[in-house]
Amino acid sequence: MLDIQSLQIHYGGIAAVKGINLSIARGEQVALIGANGAGKSSTLNAIAGLLKPHAGQISYNNQDITTLAAHRRVTLGMALVPEGRGIFPRLTVAENLAMGAYCRNDTQVIAQDIQKTFAQFPRLAERRLQLAGTLSGGEQQLLAIARALLSKPQLLLLDEPSMGLAPLMIQTIFEAIKTVAQSGVTLLLVEQNARLALETCSRAYVMESGQIVLADTAQVLLDHPRVRQAYLGEMGEPT
Amino acid sequence: MDIFVQQLINGLVLGSIYALVALGYTMVYGILGLINFAHGDVTMIGALVSATLIQLLHAAGLPVPVSLLLAGGGAVIVCASLGFSIERIAYRPLRNAPRLAPLITAIGVSILIQYSAALIWGKQYIALPAIITPPSIEFAGAQINHLQIAIVILAACIMGGLIWFIHHSRMGRAMRATEQNPAVASLMGVDTHAVIAMTFLLGSAIGAIAGLMVILYYGIGHYFMGFMLGLKAFTAAVLGGIGNVGGAVIGGLLLGIIESLAAGYIEQLSGGLFGSNYRDIFAFLVLILVLLLRPQGLLGQRSGDRA
Repeated sequence: MLDIQSLQIHYGGIAAVKGINLSIARGEQVALIGANGAGKSSTLNAIAGLLKPHAGQISYNNQDITTLAAHRRVTLGMALVPEGRGIFPRLTVAENLAMGAYCRNDTQVIAQDIQKTFAQFPRLAERRLQLAGTLSGGEQQLLAIARALLSKPQLLLLDEPSMGLAPLMIQTIFEAIKTVAQSGVTLLLVEQNARLALETCSRAYVMESGQIVLADTAQVLLDHPRVRQAYLGEMGEPT
Repeated sequence: MDIFVQQLINGLVLGSIYALVALGYTMVYGILGLINFAHGDVTMIGALVSATLIQLLHAAGLPVPVSLLLAGGGAVIVCASLGFSIERIAYRPLRNAPRLAPLITAIGVSILIQYSAALIWGKQYIALPAIITPPSIEFAGAQINHLQIAIVILAACIMGGLIWFIHHSRMGRAMRATEQNPAVASLMGVDTHAVIAMTFLLGSAIGAIAGLMVILYYGIGHYFMGFMLGLKAFTAAVLGGIGNVGGAVIGGLLLGIIESLAAGYIEQLSGGLFGSNYRDIFAFLVLILVLLLRPQGLLGQRSGDRA
């Protein structure tokens, strides 16, 4: 479904992503893990069209989208929940959700889908007329995910959904993500919390300073000495 | 007392015009963070195009209401295309440039429009022949003519319509989203370039109507008239809180009323030292006071983004 060939991303003269290959099949849940500054978010932003790659090719459903504008990728069935959530703080919760369905024309179905969203996330329903900027961090993350889902994506890109959230809220968010995955949406999850990512996804890439250093199934990576040492912590394995 | 009511009414009319022009400044500032200094000159083009069309249509023997309507329509089309082109040609290539670059460009565009107008219409004053002599009515010891009433009502309808559009239409919601976070708006499928172009188009079309009102109200115009009108409308936008559409309306009306009242009383208060031709001082006095005391303007309080 998604195929990335020798992708390079530069900021000024500095290379953030140094020629990576990555591919995802339809219906897969893939994680991209790695330390801060490894180039994970840059990769995701290039897939969504927010960043112009320096070199390389991005194909989506066998179509070359490397230079396609971000707003056009949405109509192809791609949605990104950006790092830091990116909700519209001075729009209400309901208006934020309506923005998620911006690219759709089926007004009646949109209204139903928004009702479904409220049924699924009662916290958002209670706050539907509140400005989104007044929500807590966790509620904003829920809103950002719910909003992305309203574009009916086939491929959902998630950038650090656990960032800055309390453990209980992280659990809620990841339950929601798992529900999305079960509904057949393809997932690419960027996460610093490697354990969480590997438990959510079936396959993962490990990124270090702009390069992919490991790629395998989540099960193998969970037991991989390098991953255990660098990302899972040697201690605290209670089995 | 009657001078007070009279100046209040004059201020309301003037303020309605300022408010319409201020909308153009505030909408563009809200979405791009750019003070489009050329906006006053777009309004000037609206005024001069209206004047020319009214003269031509009147000479062709059309009834006054029809020629006014056609002239207004013509001015709207000319100004909307002008605003759209300015954005496309001058500002879009500078979208990711440092903020100083589009600001300097705006000043350049302003000068370009002024002197293009000077080439087309000449540097002399353009006087509109007195083809309409609106009847007046008496109200609380003051004179109000039908043109003043029409200006206030039309301005109120445009402002109300715009506010409704921004808050309740799909495009308006996309405009607010783009204003708050253009990158994320594009992730929702919003073509942010198109939204920005739409903002310029709307602001300029409203400016054209304001230009028509100015030429009808004062009866004269010239290529440099957009400068002072633009500065005052900009002041109105700052007074209301630049970037805030409701603020532009309130700021415009307030500035018009302050200016008219001050012009009405200045001679009395200064013991005859200053006449009402010093009226322009007050707009800038207001600007300085706002910048000193409440730089965010009356309604310009940003709700903080919680991280």
